[in-house]
Amino acid sequence: MTNLTLSEAEPLPHWEEPALPVRLLRWLRRDPRAAVSLAILVIILGTALLAPWIAPHSPTDQNIDLMLAGPSADHWLGTDDLGRDVFSRLIHGGANSLYAALLAVTVALAIGLPLGLIAGFAGGWVDQVISRLIDTFLSFPAIILAVAVTGAMGIGLTNAMFSVGLVFAPQIARLIRARTLVVRQELYVDAARCFGASPARLLIKHVLPNAVQPVIVQSTLLLAVALLAEASLSFLGLGVQPPEVSWGSMIARGYLYMSIVPEQMYAPGLLIMITAVAFNALGESLRSALDPTTQGHG
Amino acid sequence: MVTRVKQRMVVARLLQAIPILVLATFIVFCLMQLIPGDVAVTLAGENASVERIAQIRQAYGLDQPFFVQYGQWLWQAAGGDLGTALLSGEPVAQTVARTFPNTLLVAVYATLLSIVIGVPLGILAATRSGSKLDGGIMGAASLGVALPNFWFGMILVLYFALTFKWFPATGFVSPFEDFGQAVWYATLPALALCTNGIAEVARQLRSSLVEIQSSQHVRTLHAKGLSPARILWLHGLKNVSVNLLTVVGLLFNKILAATVVVEAVFAIPGIGSSIVNAVLQGDFPVVQGAVLAMVVTVIVVNLVTDLLCTLLDPRINAS
Repeated sequence: MTNLTLSEAEPLPHWEEPALPVRLLRWLRRDPRAAVSLAILVIILGTALLAPWIAPHSPTDQNIDLMLAGPSADHWLGTDDLGRDVFSRLIHGGANSLYAALLAVTVALAIGLPLGLIAGFAGGWVDQVISRLIDTFLSFPAIILAVAVTGAMGIGLTNAMFSVGLVFAPQIARLIRARTLVVRQELYVDAARCFGASPARLLIKHVLPNAVQPVIVQSTLLLAVALLAEASLSFLGLGVQPPEVSWGSMIARGYLYMSIVPEQMYAPGLLIMITAVAFNALGESLRSALDPTTQGHG
Repeated sequence: MVTRVKQRMVVARLLQAIPILVLATFIVFCLMQLIPGDVAVTLAGENASVERIAQIRQAYGLDQPFFVQYGQWLWQAAGGDLGTALLSGEPVAQTVARTFPNTLLVAVYATLLSIVIGVPLGILAATRSGSKLDGGIMGAASLGVALPNFWFGMILVLYFALTFKWFPATGFVSPFEDFGQAVWYATLPALALCTNGIAEVARQLRSSLVEIQSSQHVRTLHAKGLSPARILWLHGLKNVSVNLLTVVGLLFNKILAATVVVEAVFAIPGIGSSIVNAVLQGDFPVVQGAVLAMVVTVIVVNLVTDLLCTLLDPRINAS
């Protein structure tokens, strides 16, 4: 009895919401930008996941007879300074870069969501303390803080992206806090409270699902920023460590030999840019799809 | 004319900056505590004797309680003493004073470029909103936002320094030695950094202008027969300028952080390179001091932008 909530009541009989895949397809047909960016991301993500099977060569096999070679039938993008196949490294590097971006955003959500929810829902001094903390972290220059935290935790891709996630967390927290402040005033939350729902149940069942939309959008946009952050940190030598490879570390290596084999510097950078543009476009499309005030946006 | 309301807002904003400043210094101080292992052992180096470690612990005040250590560090930092670098033995304050002006020059240069190029593009896109030109500018802007600026810097080096030899490829001249040369050397780095800024300024300006153009009072002005150019200057840009100021403040802080990576591309002896080198070498007094200098700068820039917005915003007087 105590678990009965208004949102669990029967929906009105004349309106039946279509299943999620149907709604998704309808959305993609309405919004070509979303369809194209999603397709690009699926291709890039798929290639990264299937890297060991797709890549024509091993990303670490060296061939000292064939160093800094130009593109050929066997090596589509040539070979690097140690004779490694650049095309295969690009595919394997993509897997690391995307893993890095996902890790950073996951860490940001894991820290930011609970903090923001609690601040917005509890109010009072709890909100004051958390909000001050958020303000302060937001005033840190993001890359600098990530560099310093990576230095303190130890150099490496996982630590570096954990730091980036830590730096992103206040953005998520601020967003969800602002939404929570609005949602907790809603009638259905009051109703659930009157039925005796515990604060934890209120937060998870009622506030979170209704406050989470802007966070979904922001997370998609943050994936692009995280991808760029991975590239920056790996370029500086704080991220991925050899023999592991990422798009950022490939740019760093390509820079050394750019007057001999410029395409080896161009390729990873272009991929970073295409992926980041796709994440951004998908985020913008999600924003208009989830925002009820901008209906019918093409 | 500064009204009572504005005075009160300025004071409130100044007071608000104090806890943020204190908390920020505390976070920077805590960074050092994150380092795994005993700091004194790290400081003493490998194979140090127990006495030597104890001596160092005392010399650095590491035997004191945590908050006492923080208080001492903050007091010294406030007096301009940021400790000494472990490797070079140079006072960290001196490192900051030597490298920060180079970084600031590049960051200010890139911010100015972002405004000078971004504002006309934004106005152009807004006045022809819905046209092909607008689509083109906004398309370029979404590429500009996603462009890794250190990578763009490399392309600039490849073409404008190595191929055409118009600009020096790497290196830097201190602005205090020869300002003209310093600006010359800072040009490619600033160009590399300003792409994101141009995109952001153009986007923001376009969307604010489009919003204002569709508002009731601008429609009334149209109906009264004012020329579109006059409406844009008198009513659009005046209203948008406060908005733009906030964008520029945030942008400067972003560019300042991004300089870290671009400095590595152009081998600029800036504060970013000192932080990265110090991190790679485990020289944490330098990390701490340099990060502190940057964080304080960012907080001050935020404060100044907010204060300027309060003073300039015509709407605040009305309320």
